[in-house]
Amino acid sequence: MNEILQGMARAAWLVVTLDADLVEIALRSLQVTLTAVAIASAIGLPLGALLAVSRFRHRRAAIATLNALMGLPPVVVGLVVYLLLSRSGPFGVFGLLFTPTAMIVAQVMLLTPLIASIAHQAMRDLWADYHDLLISLNASRAQRIRALIWDGRRALLTAALAGFGRGIGEVGAIMIVGGNIDHSTRVLTTAIALETAKGDFALALGLGFVLIALALAVNFAIHGLARTEAGSRW
Amino acid sequence: MVAILPLRLEGAEVCRKGKRLLGPVDLTLSPRGFTAVMGPNGAGKTTLLRLMHGLERPSAGRIAWLVPEQKARAAQAFVFQTPVVLRRSVLDNVAYPLRLHGWARDAARALAADWLARVGLADAADRPATVLSGGERQKLALARALIRAPQILFLDEPCANLDGRSMREIEAILSAAHRDGTRIVMATHDLGQARRLAGEVLFLYRGRIHEAGPAAEFLAAPQTAEARAFIGGEIVE
Repeated sequence: MNEILQGMARAAWLVVTLDADLVEIALRSLQVTLTAVAIASAIGLPLGALLAVSRFRHRRAAIATLNALMGLPPVVVGLVVYLLLSRSGPFGVFGLLFTPTAMIVAQVMLLTPLIASIAHQAMRDLWADYHDLLISLNASRAQRIRALIWDGRRALLTAALAGFGRGIGEVGAIMIVGGNIDHSTRVLTTAIALETAKGDFALALGLGFVLIALALAVNFAIHGLARTEAGSRW
Repeated sequence: MVAILPLRLEGAEVCRKGKRLLGPVDLTLSPRGFTAVMGPNGAGKTTLLRLMHGLERPSAGRIAWLVPEQKARAAQAFVFQTPVVLRRSVLDNVAYPLRLHGWARDAARALAADWLARVGLADAADRPATVLSGGERQKLALARALIRAPQILFLDEPCANLDGRSMREIEAILSAAHRDGTRIVMATHDLGQARRLAGEVLFLYRGRIHEAGPAAEFLAAPQTAEARAFIGGEIVE
């Protein structure tokens, strides 16, 4: 109990004084995950819509695979990205291992199936509504996807937020490919893991509270911007 | 624009899961006129309209417009029994078919506003289309169908579940479109509506065209027993 109180006091102090290390770590967390969410959304949202409007031979298998990939273990993704980016790997020449870019790559691989799968669920219902009309109006496949994404943008926001939630709290993959290097690749989750291992529970807890506050703040900010649940909007 | 009519159906059939829903149907739709497709539930009215519009593939037989199908589709419009409204504003719903065909946003919205005024929805232009009432939705669907000046308009029971006033407004829009030269094919249950609007009637029964002819004659003196029963208000299965 004492540790939790100490943690809260420590966290409050760190936040109030805008501790330079804390700000740096928090901003890096945001930078890595927001970039990964943006890239994963750019891939996953159209992919989900495409799966909703297309009929092809192995569609069911493709959707089942996508749903299964939602549960991809972060540690394994980290390992694979590590092998790809390591000096002797196929992309070793770029020297990306242990950089924030490597962390973004790993998170994009984790988040894309999740975002695509949730987007597909939402788009499938909307497509059931729109199907006859869009076929009747002779809309091309690209136009159908664009209509679904635009009119279903609020549902897609949920998909992106779910991706953000998974990314911001993820530690396994970015620990392996980032290496938790101070002033370089240290983010909130890896810092918490480190402080816990060192036995500095107060600081670990403080960072944990900051992490939760950050996740809440981003969600509220995006809901505010998109004005979901405001009045009689659809 | 190139004329797409007449439309010819030769031995057209629609089967699903081994069951024949429609046909074989042989039919020619002339370039002008107002056809009411009548018949009991399950007779194949909706399937026939969807088949002609290209929403259903024929399982057998053929459907031929004067021009290739893709080209013909651009000159057709379809109003569904339950109108499909896009989750955007009323104005953007009506402008959407124009936007699909490459119109600039402002030009499309200007023409859409014009059409909203014609169907009496001008006041609702900026409201989300999803909050419209049943009658308003159907008028929205009509404006959206007519905005590209189709050569042929299919309607699947557009006035089912609507009250008298909405029905009168929709019939006025249809009459005006017909006067302007739009070929209209409308499925309807309503004998009065067929009498008020239609020039000819197709009576469907068990997936086939059971009787066809000028509306006045068909409604006054149907030739077949089933059509007589249908018009006489008996329950026809």
